[in-house]
Amino acid sequence: MKLTVVLLLSIALTSIIGTVIPQNENPEAYLRAYGEYLYRLFDVLDIFNMYHSWWFQLLLVLLTMNIVVCSIDRLSATWKIVFAKNPSFNLSRFRKLTQKEEINASYPPNELKKRYEPFISKQFGYTRVEETEKGLCIFAEKWRWTRLGVYTVHLSVILLLLGGLIGSIFGFQGYVNIPEGEKVDSIRARDTGKIRYLGFEIKCEDFNVSFYDNGAPKEYRSSLTIIEKGHPVYKKDIIVNDPLRYKGYSFFQSSYGKMAPNTASKKKEVANKPSDEITLNFAGSQSGKSYRIKAVIGKPVDIPEGLGKFVVVEYRKTAEFAGQNIGDAYVGILTPSGEKPVEVLLPLHFPNFDRMRKGAVVISVADQTAKKFNPGKQTGERYYTGLQVTKDPGVLVVYTGFIVIIIGCFITFFMSHQRVCIDIIKGKTKSKIIVTGTANKNKMGMQQKVKKLSDQLANLSHRS
Amino acid sequence: MTSSNLLSITTFIFGAAAFFYFAHWIFKKQLFGRLGTWTALIGAVGNITGLIMRWVESYRMGIGHAPLSNMYESLVFFAGTIVIIYLFIERKSKNAIIGAFATPIAFLALAYASMSPNISDRIQPLVPALKSNWLIAHVITCFLGYAAFAIAFSISIMYLFKRRDVQKTSSLLSHFPKTQVLDELNHQMIMFGFLFLSIGIITGSVWANSAWGSYWTWDPKETWSLITWFIYATLLHARMMRGWYGKRIAYLSIIGFMAVLFTYFGVNLLPGLHSYGQV
Repeated sequence: MKLTVVLLLSIALTSIIGTVIPQNENPEAYLRAYGEYLYRLFDVLDIFNMYHSWWFQLLLVLLTMNIVVCSIDRLSATWKIVFAKNPSFNLSRFRKLTQKEEINASYPPNELKKRYEPFISKQFGYTRVEETEKGLCIFAEKWRWTRLGVYTVHLSVILLLLGGLIGSIFGFQGYVNIPEGEKVDSIRARDTGKIRYLGFEIKCEDFNVSFYDNGAPKEYRSSLTIIEKGHPVYKKDIIVNDPLRYKGYSFFQSSYGKMAPNTASKKKEVANKPSDEITLNFAGSQSGKSYRIKAVIGKPVDIPEGLGKFVVVEYRKTAEFAGQNIGDAYVGILTPSGEKPVEVLLPLHFPNFDRMRKGAVVISVADQTAKKFNPGKQTGERYYTGLQVTKDPGVLVVYTGFIVIIIGCFITFFMSHQRVCIDIIKGKTKSKIIVTGTANKNKMGMQQKVKKLSDQLANLSHRS
Repeated sequence: MTSSNLLSITTFIFGAAAFFYFAHWIFKKQLFGRLGTWTALIGAVGNITGLIMRWVESYRMGIGHAPLSNMYESLVFFAGTIVIIYLFIERKSKNAIIGAFATPIAFLALAYASMSPNISDRIQPLVPALKSNWLIAHVITCFLGYAAFAIAFSISIMYLFKRRDVQKTSSLLSHFPKTQVLDELNHQMIMFGFLFLSIGIITGSVWANSAWGSYWTWDPKETWSLITWFIYATLLHARMMRGWYGKRIAYLSIIGFMAVLFTYFGVNLLPGLHSYGQV
């Protein structure tokens, strides 16, 4: 038990490292961030891919083994209780309980037994009547099997880890880019970069991306066709959250991009290029005032309120932000007074774009109207769709674990093995009835149940 | 009236409820307790109505989606859930002083949502990754868990106060529930929260598998939710197996809630996939 807590806490604590240090980035980025000494140290300890490192996996394996050992160790005792043929009741133990409910009835024990037994057996299932030296007593119990709940939770954790293991051994994660109208028969593994043949072909008929009015992406859609031996066998449009599944492989919409433009569209680009003189709008975040200033590419302008200098560097026909095409834009360098210069993107379709930067000044191109932007529809351009391809035979095991853990937690937390004892003691004219009960969990809740039961029994004993 | 206005008003109603509960605690007048209960109930209704209005408004804007898609909406839902679970407990335990510790959290959450300059209350369209039926199941279960842990946290604080007063001299603590009751309530809330946190992680995991093709990627939010899960798992094991109760459970419950807060807010400072929660 101590070991379990130590393992749980050490996994929890070491996990924190991987959330603070970004995982699986390229070595240069790490070198820049941590310097050579720390980089070497972290590298030796596998910190940059720590969740797959030998020591982290070892902790997980140890935890699993610990769970298995502890569960087996305790299961044998529980097993005997749960599968006992005749549940044992110990009257003296119930009589020793301090919390008890007492009622009186003017019937002899046998008559009360007749009244109580059907009611109790309906509530509890198992009942047994025994004679005592002072009268008789009714034992009843229910949910004995819930003592196994905690083992199902442990079993599910093992299923989860097992499913993960199956996935890491037999699973596969890869990606492929397919240009519109073309097909592929192989994919590239994400970790090793090796080529893997699918045994069938997959074709991208069409790719489309649409945007909301505010510029946020609305939908990425690829029309895919599976081709077996030259014949199309399955067609599906995939979007994010709705992949195509075929022969154990799943194809997820993951990214997209533009093919290198042909010469025809380049000519068009030149023709459409706006003049070099641009009217810019500067809005001070603090003051709330905005200023219009004419600028020419390559010539720095001073921003009012002493907010620094700004220079437009170039015009781009297709600018990208976070891997997405946002249409044509100016690119500029902003040098706030006393700070490092930053690159600023001024897309012509999204006037409020620069607000995102949360800087002291918001820059935009003046007089632009937010034209609807749909790069999917521009002529003479071809896209490719980026698909994430996975095969994970462990998923079924993991999902089974998910279901078992929910059911197991519910049983473990909210159901308990409940036993009650109704001790009927014969008096001269009246009978005294003492109701007691125990549960292996939630003892306070059990007390309330005992109280309720005794109220119900009191009712039964007065009705004629 | 727009949903944002209604939710701003709800913030003040929760504030008033917290105030009444405080007055009930300090002056020990039943009247204040009852006022607190009714105010909290009105606030909860306002909160739910606000969310429903927001849902309707999003459909009017043509970008209809459940109001559970960003920081603002999650905070509103969080505040509402805390108050509703609290009211349920108040009814069961018949003690309104817990309200003086639980409702301020709901008030703070909603006040932060309504007033923080970093949180936009604009209804934004869903990005492709969020367009899934799992969104509703995932967010609701996670926040039921978070809310239960928030209440367990306030009960733990009460427990630690009550426990220090061994001689039972402090009149301020005399109307607190008994330490055993607080301890048991804390445990109940943690079990409830743990079940829902588990379902929340699972639904998120299944969702990730249908969106990205991988049910677990050790992204910071995932990892931190697992860390939180481990802390509460440790607590439950310590209690069930080692018979821990009282002070140690209360401290673990407080640590657990700190992990919840970090999973909720702190992770946004780290790099990762769950960036929807940021603004």
